[in-house]
Amino acid sequence: MTSRSINVTSAHATLPDPWLGEIAPTLTDTENILAWVELDLDTRLQFSQGLVVVTNQRILARTMAEKTWDSWIFHAGLTLVHHDHAGVGTLELRDAQARLAGWRYTLGRNVAALRVIAAFERQLDSQVSGQPVEGDAVAVCPNCKTALEPGQDECALCAREAHVPPSTWTLFRLWRFAKPYRNQLLAGFLLTLASTAATLVPPYLTMPLMDNVLIPYQNGAHIDVHLVALYLAGLFGSALLAWGLGWARTYILARVSERIGADLRTTTYEHLMQLSLEYFGGKRTGDLMARIGSETDRICVFLSLHLLDFATDILMIIMTTAILVSINPWLALVTLLPLPFIAWMIHVVRDRLRTGFEKIDRVWSEVTNILADTIPGIRVVKAFAQERREAARFREANRHNLIVNDRINRIWSLFSPTVTLLTEVGLLVVWAFGIWQVSTNQITVGVLTAFLAYISRFYTRLDGMSRIVSVTQKAAAGAKRIFDILDHVSSVPEPTKPVHLEQVAGSIELQDVGFRYGNRSVIRGVNLAIAPGEMIGLVGHSGSGKSTLVNLICRFYDVTEGSIRLEGVDIRSLPVAEFRRNIGLVLQEPFLFFGTIAENIAYGKQDASRDQIIAAARAAHAHEFILRLPQGYDSLVGERGHGLSGGERQRISIARALLIDPRILILDEATSSVDTETEKEIQKALDNLVLGRTTIAIAHRLSTLRRADRLVVMDRGQIVEVGKHEDLMAREGAYYRLYQAQARNVDTDLDDVDVDNAIVLSDGLAKS
Amino acid sequence: MVNFKINRNPFDQLVLIASDGKVHENVVPVRAFPIAAPQEGIALLSADGHELAWVEHLSDLPGDARALVEEELASREFVPEIRRLRHVSSFATPTTWEVETDRGDTSFVLKGEDDIRRLGASSLLIADSHGIQFLIRDLNALDKASRKLLDRFL
Repeated sequence: MTSRSINVTSAHATLPDPWLGEIAPTLTDTENILAWVELDLDTRLQFSQGLVVVTNQRILARTMAEKTWDSWIFHAGLTLVHHDHAGVGTLELRDAQARLAGWRYTLGRNVAALRVIAAFERQLDSQVSGQPVEGDAVAVCPNCKTALEPGQDECALCAREAHVPPSTWTLFRLWRFAKPYRNQLLAGFLLTLASTAATLVPPYLTMPLMDNVLIPYQNGAHIDVHLVALYLAGLFGSALLAWGLGWARTYILARVSERIGADLRTTTYEHLMQLSLEYFGGKRTGDLMARIGSETDRICVFLSLHLLDFATDILMIIMTTAILVSINPWLALVTLLPLPFIAWMIHVVRDRLRTGFEKIDRVWSEVTNILADTIPGIRVVKAFAQERREAARFREANRHNLIVNDRINRIWSLFSPTVTLLTEVGLLVVWAFGIWQVSTNQITVGVLTAFLAYISRFYTRLDGMSRIVSVTQKAAAGAKRIFDILDHVSSVPEPTKPVHLEQVAGSIELQDVGFRYGNRSVIRGVNLAIAPGEMIGLVGHSGSGKSTLVNLICRFYDVTEGSIRLEGVDIRSLPVAEFRRNIGLVLQEPFLFFGTIAENIAYGKQDASRDQIIAAARAAHAHEFILRLPQGYDSLVGERGHGLSGGERQRISIARALLIDPRILILDEATSSVDTETEKEIQKALDNLVLGRTTIAIAHRLSTLRRADRLVVMDRGQIVEVGKHEDLMAREGAYYRLYQAQARNVDTDLDDVDVDNAIVLSDGLAKS
Repeated sequence: MVNFKINRNPFDQLVLIASDGKVHENVVPVRAFPIAAPQEGIALLSADGHELAWVEHLSDLPGDARALVEEELASREFVPEIRRLRHVSSFATPTTWEVETDRGDTSFVLKGEDDIRRLGASSLLIADSHGIQFLIRDLNALDKASRKLLDRFL
């Protein structure tokens, strides 16, 4: 029995180990495992292991807890369906009469589940029809339905980003930005070395000054003026040298660190620009602004000031130690005794402070987020008279900030006084030991003075060094937040093997497109083929997925299932910028950047000539009103186009789309924010734009879609009707109802038709 | 006052029979406030998402109907409640958390700190990379080690 081999014909990896052994005895000789999904939930939604397997004869299932396999032989009427809700997928096996079984899994297993369904359906078809299975000749990605290359298990397009956490040694990753400046950094380091050495000369000179001049004088000898002058000149010279070297060092290193900071900032911003809309949707403006603005600055200050100081201090400690040991090893030993204590203290406090500073950062961005929330929304705040509440919210965030800071400060404030105390104690020890050594004639008074001069510098620097703990942690926390952005792989990734389209005619094909936002399935099973030059009108009430569909076509997001093809090529295999060059987008709220009107029109094509800009403006019916402005095309439009009316702004954005001469045009409610009179103007402009281009237009006002070749009616993320206006009206379906509702000029939508069916239990809520 | 009937068909779907005798297959019960007030405000939706009935409070339903609705809700709702954090792979995101929940032990990937949302003073809702929501009902009820780990992300 056990010698029987199991044929796994699937192109994918073999069944994982424990299951393979479990299932072997139940299979017959002619049975092959074709696909499986490992379940991670049971029917009561508890986390537990299970398996569903499709073979060429039947479907088998078992949970880890059970001992026997349930199985169903393929027969006509059997169906396997899946659906998901709130991150949990359900597979259901049914026949014509009833549900036979149900299995649950988390969405991580969705691809495997889809694979199971595909295998199931192929086998069932062949069993029922008696035809042999079409074979695995065309291996298809279960997710996006693209044909896989032979020997490839995973679809290259669907392979998702790996969830690898960034290393904790974040600060060292800054080396990537420091590398271009390594020569200057080396020069800076050498200067640091030299200048630190120079600062160590004066205390050394106190030794002969004491022993050769002052002590002999006290004992009755004359002061050797020549010798004194020599020593004093040495003191002055070394001070001068230290000044010069220190200046050069600080200047060079500050320059370098400023440049590193600037590089960091621009790199982060450039990366941010590449990220998909999904990323921006999940982040808050205030937080992103803080990261790019103040965090990079903090890192820059850290590099130029604190790190530099710290390096100097370390060098000084090493050099001082060397000097002290060379003068008198015993006294040196006593002098350096407190050092390990302080190092240990730094280590202990470091851990607590690091988490604390990360926390402070997060709380701080909470505070800025409130600002970023309320200031742009100030009209709403005022309209609803919620100033007090917003003020209270801000106060609350500030209070939270205070609490967190207080907690940190409690540890932090103890830190420096303790270091100072240790310094004093250290000095005391040196005095005591020194006096004893002088009394036993082991050292001269000069040596003791030199020691005291050295270590008082030395310890004050230790005090300063203790600050490095906090600033390093702050900078590391900042660097982490920067690298969080830099490490974020765009969810709309550039293809690894890009395909270049020579000529784009504008045919778009949507194949089984599904899109999930978080765990909410926004679009499901959308199939649509759009011919070159065709105009499609997308209609449906708000929330039906029209805008999402358009966002998918623009590749602002990537589909979670299925594929979108341009000229038969999956848009995920086209370079993003190259693909978008073919798309002209006119939005409901046209966004104008700060600059002249000409610059705004030429936004998508920087090298456009003046003639081209004017031609585009003429076609967009914007030329005349632009000429009426005092500075014509050179008029400055403020932030978001203040000073222009909605219709005017819209026509500028139409001109912008016209100028790049795209093959595909997307109009997302382009006329809904203006009055009927302006709409006619815009409509004329749009008619010019649409000519000969593949157009997808979303409009709430159905009258604006009269020219559409086909209307696509969407409801709850699915296409419910497709056809011409007349046909759809004749069909009296969803479109008809939508149209009637608008014709009656009542603000109703698809939903209202079913209102009379609803049973309203609550008396309180039942209005009318 | 409840003027409809609920039963279950062989396809394991809920069927609602309205007072006018109209039969709706594959009815879905939904809580209006799943976290804030799970017992209040239950809507019964048709398969295409229209509201068929509104129940003010679960206890307003007769026993058998209530049992059916609760059973259906239980099979749809999946918000594992984290009882203990056993291990986090790193304090920088994305990070893998190994947790004990009321539905058994599991691990999930947290994509960013933004996926942790505060609900009120002491509750947290954590979304994993697949959009599954994990709930921490009471921060202060967690054991000290878990709180310490969690604190690094708050």
